[in-house]
Amino acid sequence: MRKKIRVGVPRAFLYYRYYVFWKCFLEMIGCQVVLSPETNKEIVQNGKNLSIDESCLPSKIYLGHVDYLKDKCDYILVPRISNYGKEKRVCMKFLGIVDVVCNVFPNVRILDYNIDYLKGKFEFISIFKLATKFNKNIFRILWAYFLGKKKEKKYNESLANRQFKILKSNNLKILIVSHPYVIHDRYLGGTILDYLKKMEVDILFSDRLDRKEATCYSKDFSKTLYWLYSKESIGGALYYKDAVDGIIFVSSFPCGPDSLVNELAIRKLKNIPIINIIVDESTAEAGLETRLESFIDMIKARDN
Amino acid sequence: MEKVISFPHLGIYHIVFNYFLSNVTKRRVISPPPTTKRTIELGSKYSPDFVCVPFKYNLGNYIEALEKGANVLIQGGGGCRYGYYAELEEEILKSLGYEFDFYNLISDNHISLKKGYSFCKKLNRKTNVFKCSYYLINSLFMIIFIDKIEKYIRKNMGFEVNKGRFEKLEKEYLSSFKNSDGIFKIVFNYFKYKSRFKKIKIDKPSNPLKVTIIGELYSLIDANTSYNTERKLIKMGIEVTRLTDLTYLLITKRFFLKRAIRKSKKYIKYNLGADASASVALAYQSASCGCDGIVHMKSFGCTPEISAMSILPRISEEYNVPIMYFSFDAEDNEVGVDTRIEAFYDMIVRRKYK
Repeated sequence: MRKKIRVGVPRAFLYYRYYVFWKCFLEMIGCQVVLSPETNKEIVQNGKNLSIDESCLPSKIYLGHVDYLKDKCDYILVPRISNYGKEKRVCMKFLGIVDVVCNVFPNVRILDYNIDYLKGKFEFISIFKLATKFNKNIFRILWAYFLGKKKEKKYNESLANRQFKILKSNNLKILIVSHPYVIHDRYLGGTILDYLKKMEVDILFSDRLDRKEATCYSKDFSKTLYWLYSKESIGGALYYKDAVDGIIFVSSFPCGPDSLVNELAIRKLKNIPIINIIVDESTAEAGLETRLESFIDMIKARDN
Repeated sequence: MEKVISFPHLGIYHIVFNYFLSNVTKRRVISPPPTTKRTIELGSKYSPDFVCVPFKYNLGNYIEALEKGANVLIQGGGGCRYGYYAELEEEILKSLGYEFDFYNLISDNHISLKKGYSFCKKLNRKTNVFKCSYYLINSLFMIIFIDKIEKYIRKNMGFEVNKGRFEKLEKEYLSSFKNSDGIFKIVFNYFKYKSRFKKIKIDKPSNPLKVTIIGELYSLIDANTSYNTERKLIKMGIEVTRLTDLTYLLITKRFFLKRAIRKSKKYIKYNLGADASASVALAYQSASCGCDGIVHMKSFGCTPEISAMSILPRISEEYNVPIMYFSFDAEDNEVGVDTRIEAFYDMIVRRKYK
């Protein structure tokens, strides 16, 4: 039997958005997916050594994951995303990530696809082009794409539905507004989630909502905002804000869009307790817990 | 109440903006006071922690302009984070208690002509499309002429015989645009001063030191924010090349970028966003043509340039060209920058004439 091609997927950045689709799609066209482990200290350290010290923390972690995967698989999947259409741009980091990985690891074989709707590079076409490298059966690729998208949609819906159930409970509810690659990462957001769970608080995430719906809600917040990922998280925040007792904004250290959008959101959202937490490489656990504890105490005192 | 228009600084081009706005709207237009230490202090006091430095400068410019009596502010820009400055700036200035009208000319990360036109129409009802485009073309010509002379200055100022002649004439040249109104006068002005610049005596060796400056647009164009690094290098007797100016941004970028990326496909495959891919392409070009050094300048927190910075070391290694990186922050001091420039100069001199 021919050996399967191993494709590595780093557990950072767009993993949290596309993994369900990638796994389904790549396995159906005959590849084996190799996933890097949860972020740990070693990966962060490796990533830090490889990247420029001014770059943002998630991108350092990304390079760390690629470094872990580089000799465990044949290809590494690194998508390049420019925009999803008008007023649906993304952070500049995603535009350059392919070239950065290419130059930092010259010997690694990279599997890249390009999403740039304004220049006619649609997601479907780019992925189709990528898949023809491994599988010559067009109908198989089409079916895989269709099935993958369906699975992804179902997964997202199930997450949103689970969140709607939480809304009915009487516990203290706290909304976390953040990019999924910050809060769902074990190293960056793990401390916050663990502590909140220990305090028996119900946690809601702004990214667990239908994405199109969320982008519509974000229009009430700002008409000129053009980052899609920020739009989604802000839209989610606006949707859930009346149902929760407090909002936590989590961003990683020099995050470009967050530095403007979160500041504006904190200025615009009123009558609700808000805390802004910036995650750093040197964030101490004890300091973070003290801040969260006092925040929760404040909410409890306010309700009584 | 009389409406007074103001705008944030962008290097020497405030003359052009002033010319365009005052002619189209027929209102009083004031340029904000020159950028100083106080500007950045005011700006960074009220802005968020890790926003990039141009935001702080812009906010400082606005506050100083408001203190001078402006009450209509405009913001244009785009490319990266620059496109979203306007909304937060308006919110911050309102919370400080100033009264003003804010016009945001950006839509979807680019300056939109439609929004600009509606802004002009609102302030001056007598204006029309023809008048606006007439003055727009005039201003474009102005920008092109300013950049052409600047290019000449960068190449030759380091080798002038009598020190200070170039700078004196440059000041005269820039201020001559202030009261030129017709297109013919602008063109005439350019040719008049061009011949005067050519007449200045220079003593240029056949093989001078050549340095290329690349990096992020704002800190390259606005010399005040980069502590006049470029001028200091020129005055040491170096021939400086720089592609990034306003002409590049407005006109030549469209024609240049695609070809540049294709030429330097050894290092980059896609557009990195903003001016990052141009930096890499230019660094590659000048390194392969044999320049003596490259200076990379950016303001703190510029995301696209960080991507470029992880590619540039490879070029430096393969072509054996030294690259100096500057990241200008609000808390930098000029002495430290000077020391680094001097050390860089000493190094490239030793490499060339050893």
